[in-house]
Amino acid sequence: MIALERRPQPSRVWSYLSPILAVIVTMVAGGIVFAALGKPPVEAIRTIFWDPLFGDFADYFRPQLLVKAAPLILIAIGLSFGFRAGIWNIGAEGQYIMGALFGAGFALAFYPSEARWLIFPLMVVAGTLGGLLWAMIPGLLRVRFKTNEILVSLMLVYVADFLLDAMALGLLRNPEGMGFPGSRNLQQYPAAHNAELIANTGMHWGVIAAIFAVVTAYILLSRHIFGFNVRLAGQSPRAAAFAGVSANRMVLICLGLSGGLAGMAGMFEVAGPSGQVMSSFNVGYGFTAIIVAFLGRLHPIGILLAGLLMALTYVGGELAQMNLQLPRSAIQLFQGMLLFFLLAVDVMTNFRIRFGRREVA
Amino acid sequence: MKRRTLLKTGATAAFAAALGAPLRAQDTPMKVGFVYVGPVNDGGWTQHHHHSAEEMVEHFGDQVELVYQESVPEGPDAERVLTQMCLQGCKLIFTTSFGFMDPTINVAAQFPDVMFEHATGYKTAENVSVYSARFYEGRAVQGYLAGNMTRSNRVGYIASVPIPEVVRGINAAFIHAREVNPDVEFKIIWIFEWLNPSKEADAAQALIEQGCDVVLQHTDSTAPQAAAQEAGDVYTFGQASDMAEFAPKPRISSIIDNWTPYYIDRVQAVMDGTWESVNTWHGIGEGMVGIGEISSAVPDDIKAGAEALRDRIAAGEYHPFTGPLSKQDGTQFLAEGEVADDGLLVGMNFYVEGLEGEIPS
Amino acid sequence: MDLSSINPLLLLASLMVASTPILLAALGELVAERAGVLNLGVEGMMITGAACGIIFSSLTGIVWLGFAGAALGGLLLSFVFAVLTQLLLSNHVATGLALTLFGLGLSALLGQGFAEARPPAFPKLEIPLLSDLPVLGQIAFRHDGVVYLGLGLVLAVWYFLTRTRAGLVLRAVGENHDAAHALGYPVVLIRFGAIMFGGACAGLGGAYISLVRVPQWTEGMTAGAGWIALAIVVFAGWKPGRLLLGAYLFGGVTVLQLNLQAAGLAIPVEYLSMSPYVATIIVLVVLAAGRKPGSLGQTFHASR
Repeated sequence: MIALERRPQPSRVWSYLSPILAVIVTMVAGGIVFAALGKPPVEAIRTIFWDPLFGDFADYFRPQLLVKAAPLILIAIGLSFGFRAGIWNIGAEGQYIMGALFGAGFALAFYPSEARWLIFPLMVVAGTLGGLLWAMIPGLLRVRFKTNEILVSLMLVYVADFLLDAMALGLLRNPEGMGFPGSRNLQQYPAAHNAELIANTGMHWGVIAAIFAVVTAYILLSRHIFGFNVRLAGQSPRAAAFAGVSANRMVLICLGLSGGLAGMAGMFEVAGPSGQVMSSFNVGYGFTAIIVAFLGRLHPIGILLAGLLMALTYVGGELAQMNLQLPRSAIQLFQGMLLFFLLAVDVMTNFRIRFGRREVA
Repeated sequence: MKRRTLLKTGATAAFAAALGAPLRAQDTPMKVGFVYVGPVNDGGWTQHHHHSAEEMVEHFGDQVELVYQESVPEGPDAERVLTQMCLQGCKLIFTTSFGFMDPTINVAAQFPDVMFEHATGYKTAENVSVYSARFYEGRAVQGYLAGNMTRSNRVGYIASVPIPEVVRGINAAFIHAREVNPDVEFKIIWIFEWLNPSKEADAAQALIEQGCDVVLQHTDSTAPQAAAQEAGDVYTFGQASDMAEFAPKPRISSIIDNWTPYYIDRVQAVMDGTWESVNTWHGIGEGMVGIGEISSAVPDDIKAGAEALRDRIAAGEYHPFTGPLSKQDGTQFLAEGEVADDGLLVGMNFYVEGLEGEIPS
Repeated sequence: MDLSSINPLLLLASLMVASTPILLAALGELVAERAGVLNLGVEGMMITGAACGIIFSSLTGIVWLGFAGAALGGLLLSFVFAVLTQLLLSNHVATGLALTLFGLGLSALLGQGFAEARPPAFPKLEIPLLSDLPVLGQIAFRHDGVVYLGLGLVLAVWYFLTRTRAGLVLRAVGENHDAAHALGYPVVLIRFGAIMFGGACAGLGGAYISLVRVPQWTEGMTAGAGWIALAIVVFAGWKPGRLLLGAYLFGGVTVLQLNLQAAGLAIPVEYLSMSPYVATIIVLVVLAAGRKPGSLGQTFHASR
């Protein structure tokens, strides 16, 4: 009989070892799937994990990893506080969209302005505010009417999606766009463009914000009373209440924080890599970030690594599709498997496997 | 546009040798890239581009190597995919969705020695052509059939995304339906997507329940065909593909996309070194738009009339937008006998007189 | 605008059909959540069911076998979730989202060769006598078998949860797994059962889309229905009766807004399209939320 026994302390060794083990297991299992599809397994795995980092064109791909990971990390950091406190914001995708709409809307309202020193910082504020306000809807409804925030935040994703359509077709539509939907391209609007700060590094303001968020979250969680309160609220709401932590305030702060960061991510994306308000602007970062948050065990450094790993599977997966004609669905399947193994192997951190001894209930 | 200049010079040097002279048959195959917005088996838009791409490869045999990527989101991901294709040595890249327009222009600026062909857009450059099909010619034939075949005088129209192409199609269909049947009315439902089988099914159902006995669709799935089949006396038209499995009823004809001749032409031009940036807009005459078999459910005289209309359009004797035509508000935009020029058609964002409702904006 | 062209009877009848996929999937998720399991992988299980439905029905030529295969597909996928969350104690939320990603990929791979497949026609069951009733007959008694199956399942789940001992145990497990364990109930086993019931229901819901509603296979064709199902469970306050209300409300507003559009109502289309989501939020605020199961989403380990 095999049984799991809780370790007195989480194992440090396993907390580092388990992700590595998971990646190795995924490589083997993924290799089998690729071979079954008639593709060379070793080459496929190499293309996904190695080529973007050290392959022929790694100079191009390494910065792209940062560009892809930055929004994931930024959103996931925000979400991690709420998830620790037991507040379920599933609607980061909607807040991301609203941040982009507010940020781009603000910039386009002043088109064509030359005042970058004014426009760009205020766009960041507007984008953050957009996400924050959108997250306040589930927040206030929960505080005021005890409405479940999972439902409200999720439903508001769809509402934001239609608002995005409406804006791309209406208010924000490029007047010089021959009647096609989509706003002016902010990449051609110097005062608003979130460009690469140093050429060929992928570093834009969103990447810097993500790094800053990681550091700040780390300090908050390990050194600040707020981090303590968040954890307390998650582990024992009653104890938190006795300690003077207002549950309602916690809801608003956590939702506001996650919404604000998601909005900021949306704004950096629309002003930089994406450039345009268009209906295909959102590609699911808000949902992927939830996975990133948990893969990183809700810890800032973990989230940083998890975000980079997810970005790697996206970029490497694209390469494998192109070079080996692997179908996109095989890549999705592979990503799903990687997540399963990462989550499964995590059990080793907190538990020990015991053989042969029957557990006494 | 300083981005990745370092990279550009490196890549350019690498390609210079290969591009210096026209390719000969014994040279290594020329890599041709295709970027698709949907999966290659979507049964509609992407499938037809991919099918044509494969026919093109068949035509050239060993001289051409096909590189493609499916389900590419429109935005920064597209830019990365395009760059990957350039880095891997594609000489000619087709980007087959409107939303790839700005990414195509951006990447093209980085790789002046790679030729690009963007479908359905309007931005060209030294190394970027645009191409599209005059689907409205096919819509005119559908409108003629719809106007003749309806008994309830209510025709349903499942519209996708409110861009000029779709609006043009609605107008062309309506003008020719009214011409043969002054009592005909159009009921239009916008679903804001190109392919969403469930929504299309619901929309078709709603139209049929409101008494529409002919349903036109500008969306790619066969869901409306199935809904019509179940309802009984409702006629439909295949879109993007022939959808012949629903003939002779409900599907009475179809518009078929055929990109093969164009793709062969353009690849040949790159091989011969004669490629130039062009703006191509082909219709029934050139074979880019095909009219599927008009089925036996259509009475002979109506069928003959539709075929005559098709042939007159193909021969250039008749233009579907020939005055006198007025906008919805009654202002005339084409005088008696006047023919719409391409500038007017490209940006068409108004309904013609007699259509009800508003274009979402 | 011509509102007279909307036939309320037909509207109500289509509402029942349009709601069926989310009703089935939500019902399965409700049982899982009542057992304390939060499975965010409904979308992945639905789409896998949709693919399996097409595959089984076109290989056998029998629609009902398609549904059986879809239920099996959803069930197998949920088994993966159960192993991960119940035996390997992984986080419910992250595992569920991974399941969705996995299911989207898996279904697309499985369905690759079936894009052209057209499932056999699915006959309507006109219930004798009842279908001839004026008004009600037209609305409620001229549907296909799965619509009735969905309604029957709602009733069965309601009866199971509130009137049977097994249902009581399941709820106890969801309310407080430590207490249930202390009383000697096999928490993990019960949760396995609940998760797999959820998977089978989601598979059925997906297959209803690919076999009846559309009917054809396209990648990603469930297009978010699984997420709506999740929301409907919350909307229902974890009660089967309100689940039916929630699914019909959402499906009803969806059908209604399409009808209003076709009738030419002078409200911009984008705002009409938002209405099902907004309506769900508003009605939930008015109705006040139910209480969620106490142990929902928490991992359980026996040796505490």
